[in-house]
Order: sequence, then C-alpha cells, then structure tokens
Amino acid sequence: MKIFKRYLFFIIALVLLGIVFIFNVSMGIKAVSTLTYSLKEMAMVLPPIFILLGLLDVWISKEKMMKYVGEGSGIKGIIIVFIIGSVAAGPLYAAFPVAAVLMKKGAKFSNVLIFIGAWSTTKIPMFLFEMSSMGAKFAITRLLIDIPGIIIIAYAIYFMISKKERERIYRLDAKNPDTI
Amino acid sequence: MGDYIFNGVLYLIAIGFLIFSFVKDKKKTKMALKKAWKAFENLLPMLLGIIIVVGIIIAILNPQMIAKLIGKNSGFLGVLILAVIGAVALIPGFIAFPTAALLLNAGAGYMQIGAFISTLMMVGVITIPLEITYFGKKVTIIRNILAFAFSFLVAFVIGKVVG
Repeated sequence: MKIFKRYLFFIIALVLLGIVFIFNVSMGIKAVSTLTYSLKEMAMVLPPIFILLGLLDVWISKEKMMKYVGEGSGIKGIIIVFIIGSVAAGPLYAAFPVAAVLMKKGAKFSNVLIFIGAWSTTKIPMFLFEMSSMGAKFAITRLLIDIPGIIIIAYAIYFMISKKERERIYRLDAKNPDTI
Repeated sequence: MGDYIFNGVLYLIAIGFLIFSFVKDKKKTKMALKKAWKAFENLLPMLLGIIIVVGIIIAILNPQMIAKLIGKNSGFLGVLILAVIGAVALIPGFIAFPTAALLLNAGAGYMQIGAFISTLMMVGVITIPLEITYFGKKVTIIRNILAFAFSFLVAFVIGKVVG
C-alpha cells in the first residue's frame, strides 16, 4: 500500500500519457522520445552524484561541515557552496537530496539556499554550453546578474522565514530516514 | 558537448573517491553506497512521474507555436508568456539552449528568451511537490516566486545589453 502511494503520481502520469496516445499518436510518440531523452540524462547524471552524496554523508563529520559552511562560516562558506553548486552536473531536482545532506550536517540555511541557486543557474558545464549556443555576451551577462541575484534571493528567504520554520525544515530532513 | 565532458569528469571524481574510500574503510564505503541507493530510491517515484509529464508538455508545445507568441515586438506580454513557460517546463539544458537559439533565429527577442532561460533554470513549478518534501511549503513557494520575479530583471538586462 505504501509503495502504491509513493508511485501514485507516476501511475497518474502513465495514464495521462496513455490518454495523449489515444487522442494523438504522433504527439504521444514525441512525448515518449522526450521522456526517453530525460531518462537517459537521469541515468547518466545521477549515479555519480548519489555516490558522492553517500560518501559525503559518511566521511564528512558534522563538525567539519559546520566549520566550513555552517553558522559563522561567513564569506568563505558562501564561496564554498557556490563552487560545490557550480561544478555540479544535472537538473535541479538532483540538488535537493544533496541539500538535505548539507542541512543534516549543519550547513547554514542561507548557504544551503545559495547552493540550490548556484546549482540551478551557474553550473559550469551548462555555462559552457550556453556560451556555444547563445553567444558569449548572452551567457556572461546572465552569469553576472545571477551571482548577486542568487545571494540576494537566498538571504531574502533566510530572513523571511522564522527560526522555528527553519528548525522544522532541518528536522524534516534529518528525521526522515528516506532522505538519507 | 561541454556537458558530456563534465559528466565524465564527475564519474572519474566519484569513482576515484569511491576507490579511495574503499581502501581506507570498507565498512564505511558500504554504508555510503547504501545511503546513496536509499536517497536515490526516495527520489525515484516522483521523478519518473515528472519526466513523463514533462515529455507530454514538450510534445504539446512545439517551437513553431512558441515562436508565434513571442516575436521581437511582443514586448512585456512575450516576456511574460515565455517566463511562464520556462517556469512550468523542465527541459534539460542540452535541449533548452539549442531550442532557445532556434527561437532567436525564428524571430524571438533576446529579452523574451532571457526570461525563458532564467525561469527555466531557477523556477520549477512541476518539481514543487518534490521540493516541498525537502524544504517545506513556505520556503519552496517563496523561493519560486522570488526566482520568477528576479527573472524579469534578468530579461530586462539581457534585452538592454544583448538585444
């Protein structure tokens, strides 16, 4: 029953896909070709990310993590999470479990949010690809606005939520055994 | 392209660390792999559903249809339309950038495309349920709204600098 509930959304999506096929076969085929592409991307990108995530969880102690990116880590912490987020490969959803480990290990919440922001927009592999297809001017302009933007958004969220809510999120990620 | 190289590098790094970890402590390494699998398994069901829904959406929205709505002179409306599409869609970068370049050739404006690329990367309407499981409702919603608003600034600057 629990498994069924977890896969409910997946089942609904499958049914939707079936409906698309009934109404328009060529559209259905197009949808399948896109999702095959996404599955391939997922299969290629996720394994190393999750292996690194597991190793990070086992080897980096809470004390070390707190020292580098925890409360009071200051600008050094910001730079470190920016680099971790930017060297990543893979879509944003892959960043969430990594963020959960960072929180579990005591990273400062604003740093976790900066990490999410960096992963979403300043990824180096994506930047190179953007340069080649959109031109250097476009890519560099975007990068230059995004860096301060990510930090401002992270701090805005940090100050908008209460300490209580923040602690609840940290508990959410630490308590749930499934999110590591 | 660049992405493939980085993906390869990522594998090398992961495997390198894995071997190093294994040499140092077998038990800990086993635990790390177990945790990795668990985290993956936790993400999987929702991810599969999201991938299917995205496939359907992309099949419905073809580039020609989008190009019609977001020509160079579509102004703010064009920016808004593309920002919304970018926010809802979850297109991998390999597809997004060539598609955006295609749209530019088809007559879309830089400002509009800037909005599209920005919301595409920063806002994830489809992944909101997933994000909530990690960050809670409040943070997820605030983050997505702020990122959406910020994308208009990005679009404006790109329109001024590049367009």
